[in-house]
Amino acid sequence: MNSNKNTLKVFAYSYLIFLYAPVLLLPIFAFNDSTIISFPLNSFTFEWFAGLTQETYLQESLKNSLFVAISTSILSTCLGILASRASARYEFFGKKSILSFLILPLFLPEIIIGVALLVVLMQLGLPLSLWTVILGHTLVCTPFSIAILNSAFANMDMSLEEASLDLGETRFGTFKRVILPMVSPGLISSLLICFTISLDEFIIAFFLTGTETTLPVYIWGQLRFPAKLPGVMALGFLMLLLSLVLLSLFEYFRRRMNRSAEDKTNVQFDNLFKT
Amino acid sequence: MTEKLKIDKITNIVELDGVEKHFGEVAALDGVSAQIREGEFFSLLGPSGCGKTTLLRLIAGFEQPTKGNITIDGSQMHGVEANERPTNMVFQSYAIFPHLNVEENVGYGLKRLNLGKDETARRVNEMLKLVDLDNYNKRPAHALSGGQRQRVALARSLIMKPKVLLLDEPLSSLDKNLREQMQVELRHLQRTVGITFILVTHDQEEALTMSDRIAVMFEGQIVQIGSPQELYSRPKSKRVASFIGVMNFIEGQLLKGGDQNTTVDAGILGNVNVSPDQIPIPLNSGPVIIGIRPEMLTLLFEDRDRTEFEISGEILESTYFGDMTYYTVQVTGLKSPLTISMRNTAGRRVLDDGESARVGWGAESLVILKKSEV
Repeated sequence: MNSNKNTLKVFAYSYLIFLYAPVLLLPIFAFNDSTIISFPLNSFTFEWFAGLTQETYLQESLKNSLFVAISTSILSTCLGILASRASARYEFFGKKSILSFLILPLFLPEIIIGVALLVVLMQLGLPLSLWTVILGHTLVCTPFSIAILNSAFANMDMSLEEASLDLGETRFGTFKRVILPMVSPGLISSLLICFTISLDEFIIAFFLTGTETTLPVYIWGQLRFPAKLPGVMALGFLMLLLSLVLLSLFEYFRRRMNRSAEDKTNVQFDNLFKT
Repeated sequence: MTEKLKIDKITNIVELDGVEKHFGEVAALDGVSAQIREGEFFSLLGPSGCGKTTLLRLIAGFEQPTKGNITIDGSQMHGVEANERPTNMVFQSYAIFPHLNVEENVGYGLKRLNLGKDETARRVNEMLKLVDLDNYNKRPAHALSGGQRQRVALARSLIMKPKVLLLDEPLSSLDKNLREQMQVELRHLQRTVGITFILVTHDQEEALTMSDRIAVMFEGQIVQIGSPQELYSRPKSKRVASFIGVMNFIEGQLLKGGDQNTTVDAGILGNVNVSPDQIPIPLNSGPVIIGIRPEMLTLLFEDRDRTEFEISGEILESTYFGDMTYYTVQVTGLKSPLTISMRNTAGRRVLDDGESARVGWGAESLVILKKSEV
């Protein structure tokens, strides 16, 4: 019994090491004063981080990536709002199958999506640009957005909307004053997760990008030059930090969303008059 | 004073004319017609699934009738959206906006009227005072108790000065003490503001204590409209009689007599003369059901106690309620036992099971109902 437990423990720890050790190598080599990525380590340096500021291509691609990620997160979240709202409030023919098809890109290999979109764009004669990347990313991110927002919309008490209408507010005003504030934790979660996914997405960006590259595509290009490797490590480390911050924020808002849903159902009925 | 004025000129604030509502194949409302008078406290009473909430939602404008007309304050409501109607609703869940505090909730509907900050604040405070929530302005929605939520919901609706206030089972989620207190308060509030209230409830006691008039609904139809007294003492059917309070039913025969003195053969109880108002719907001679309320029957404790009629029986069971005792009494010659309620006055003992008892009653306490009614 006991040895069994220990074996499991060893297994769990080795798994974690296997999972995170490569990631931990990033900061180690990012601060190592040597162009060769291997042990033993040399002295500590900020040189690679300083070097990043000199790379104009890097800054270009960072700007591109931010543009793509922000556009993607906004577009996907807007589409997610429409889909979740429709699924939460209305009954229509084929609702379930439509929703399944909307979620499907989640399970499709990105390379298939990339190739398929490339073929379509070529047939349409559309030039590849950051916009085509945004298109591809929106396709991949919308299912995430729908998955997050669906619960936010479904948890909303229908009578809140009716109460707002009843008090003279228009449908649009109700959406603005009641529905949006109530689903806002979900909206922020959706924006964050879509931004994060788009920021490090490589395959679709690689297929659909034109002359302007996104950050992951830029990094891939840099790997051909061994001298650039420590710089890539430094950049990778910064992206890792950014992802961690974004994911923590996402988790925070997701929990807040769940909490507000609980608040609504667990109405406290303590008695005012007994006090 | 105001009561007298109302009697002089009764205006109907809500008129329902042949209203039907179908959900697919199911008819939730099957031809409902009624007039609701200005300034009255009107209740829609019925078991769950009878269509009372659907009717309220049709009046509010959340649903459109499949057939028929709804008129509010003289205007046809066909195609008029909820936000354009002179009605406001207190929801069963209260639907307090959880992201807003008390004063933002109460002032929600004023925002569109562009009254300015000061006027809005003045009206909100006035309303909060009316519902006994002064100084709760900044309290967040999640920090309110059930009773407070209800007050906020009331204030939020009343601040819109509706012609009709609709209340959807507003007391059902409160505990018993609070519910009884709120019944009194709601009634008082309605008298104070003078707005027509339409209350939906499945609780007959609630309807009886609060309403000016009650409409009893079964299966999508209104079966009887009347004051609480009318419904209780002169129900038009066995079903209404047993839905509102408890009633004993005895089989009998209506023997045709003159208009002023119709005679009923009540079997073991003998032949009884009844007045026309004891027959709520006109009946032909033949088999009838005779109804009598438990408190209209008396157990005669002392030898010298006398009533108009008297029968004898045996106590099967007694249930003690503190102020009242309910007896189940088997009267010789009757198929089913009678329920009798007695007030526990000073010095009066509770009879034991198996004890023989004399049951007294009066002719005017009977109500004669149609036999075929299930």
